[in-house]
Amino acid sequence: MNAWRADFPALAQAVRGEPLVYLDSAATTQKPFAVIEALDHYYRFDNANVHRGVHALSERATAAYEGARDRIAAFINAQSRRELVFVRGTTEAINLVAQAYLRPQLQPGDEILVSQLEHHSNIVPWQLVAARTGATVRMLPMNDAGELVLDDLDALLSEKTRLLAVGHVSNALGTVNPVARIVAAAKARGVPVLVDGAQALPHTPVDVQALGCDFYAFSGHKMFGPTGIGCLWARESLLDAMPPWQGGGDMIRTVRFTGSEWNELPYKFEAGTPNIAGAIGLGAAVDYLGAIGMDAVAAYEADLLAYATDALTTVPGLKFIGTAKHKAAVLSFVLDGIHPHDIGTIVDAEGVAIRTGHHCAMPVMEFFGVPATARASLALYNTHDDVNALVAALARVHAVFA
Amino acid sequence: MDLRQLYQEVIVDHNRSPRNFRRIERPDQTLEGFNPLCGDRLTVYVKRDGDTIADVAFEGSGCAISVASASLMTEALKGKPVAEAERLFEQVHDLLTGASEAALEGKLTVLAGVREYPSRIKCATLAWHTLVGALHGEHKAVKTE
Repeated sequence: MNAWRADFPALAQAVRGEPLVYLDSAATTQKPFAVIEALDHYYRFDNANVHRGVHALSERATAAYEGARDRIAAFINAQSRRELVFVRGTTEAINLVAQAYLRPQLQPGDEILVSQLEHHSNIVPWQLVAARTGATVRMLPMNDAGELVLDDLDALLSEKTRLLAVGHVSNALGTVNPVARIVAAAKARGVPVLVDGAQALPHTPVDVQALGCDFYAFSGHKMFGPTGIGCLWARESLLDAMPPWQGGGDMIRTVRFTGSEWNELPYKFEAGTPNIAGAIGLGAAVDYLGAIGMDAVAAYEADLLAYATDALTTVPGLKFIGTAKHKAAVLSFVLDGIHPHDIGTIVDAEGVAIRTGHHCAMPVMEFFGVPATARASLALYNTHDDVNALVAALARVHAVFA
Repeated sequence: MDLRQLYQEVIVDHNRSPRNFRRIERPDQTLEGFNPLCGDRLTVYVKRDGDTIADVAFEGSGCAISVASASLMTEALKGKPVAEAERLFEQVHDLLTGASEAALEGKLTVLAGVREYPSRIKCATLAWHTLVGALHGEHKAVKTE
C-alpha cells in the first residue's frame, strides 16, 4: 500500500520493542537505499578530490559531483548549473546571502523584512548583519491560523527594504506560504526575495523560475539526502555581482601576493574541498524523487495529511497549533494539561518518534502562547498505520496522566 | 521500556497538584530558571530565617518531571538549613546521573527513573539549580540546556 516505504532501511526496525513509527521528517528524513548506496559507492570506488587530479579516480569523482549539481539544478528548474552553489545546508546558504549579498550594501536605517513564522536560521543571520550595519529587521505578521497576513505586506515593503526573507513551508506549523504572490508584491517594489525551501522540497514540486524569487536555500538531509550538504540557488546576475564569502582553494582562478582572481560561478562560492559524497548523495536523492515524481508525492501526502488531521481531531484535549488552509504534512499540537516533552517521551516508549520543543521557531511559540509543541511531521514513506500508531500512543499519554 | 519507572505515581501526583506552588510575597531570595530547549520556566522564592529555609515555593510551567521535581524539592527543604539544599541537590544530581543512589532516601528517590532518559535530566535539575542560585544571591536567571 506504500511501495516507497521499503526503500528506507531505517524504517524496518524495532525501537523500544515496538516497530519504529518515524514521524520526525521535518527534523531530518530517513534515507533510501539509493542514497546510502551512492555514498557507499563513492567512498568504495571513486573517492578522490575534485577539479584537480588528472587521474581516473579524480575524474570520476568530479564527474559524479558535477553531475549531481546538474541534476539538482534541473530538479528545481534552475536556468543554469552556474546558479547552484553547494553549501552545508540551508543555514549556511542564508548566512552566505546575508554576508556576501546583503551586508556590503546595507546602510543604517535600511530594512530587512522577515516573516513571523520563520525558523531561527531565517531570522538570526539577518539580525547579525543588521547589528553590524545599523539596519532593522522588520516582521511580516501571521494570523491565528498560522498564515501570513498579506494585507500588511505592501505597507511593510518600504523604499528602505533591501530584502524580504520568507519560508516556503513552515517547519513548526506546516503552513505553505503563497510565495509566488509574496514575490510578486516584493518585485513590484523592487525588493529581492530569499526563500527558505528546506521544508518544501521533500513535499512539493519546486520551480525557482516560476516562483520568481532571487535566492532559494535548501538542505539535503530534509529531502532524503545526506546531512552536511545543501544548496543555495541564486540568480546568476546576483551571484556575479557578489564578492566571495570564504576564501581558499577552488574558489580562485589565480593567486598572487599582489592580489587574486576569483573562479567562475558557482565555484567562486565553494572554497575548499567540498562535501563531495554529500553532493553525490543529494544527487541520488533528487534522482529518487524525480523517478517517483513530486506531483505524486504531493498528492499522496495531501491524503495522508487529511487522514492525520481527522485522526488527531478525535484525540481528547488535542489542539492544533497551525491550521492554515494550505499546509504540508506537518502537524503541530498540544494536549490539555500535558507538557509536550512528556508526550514525546511517552510516545517514544511506544516506538513513535515525534519532535517536541520550540522547533527553532521561538517567535512562533510566543505568538501562540505555548512554551513548546509536539510535532508529527510526515513524509512519503509514512502511512495511515503510522498515524493510527500515533493516536494509540497518545491514548497511552492520557493513561499515564489519568 | 517501563514508563512507570519514569512517571511514577508520586511524580504524576506532584505534577497534578504541585506542593508549595505559589508566590511568596517579599521573598528574601528569588530567582528565575529557564530551560530554553523545553520552554520550562519557573521562579523559586525563599523566605529565610538566618541559615534556615523558613519557606520555599515556586511558580511556573514545565513538563511533569520539572514540576514534580520542584514540588518535591520544596517539600524536602522547607524548614531545613540552607546548607541542606546544596547537600540534597548533590545527592539528587548523583541519583540522576547514576553516580550513586545509596545516599538518598525517601520520596526524592522517585526521580531515579529519569536516569534512563538522559534528555530529561535537565528537566529534573532545573528547580534545584534555580534554588541554589537563589540561595547564593544570584540575580541572573538560571538556564539549563
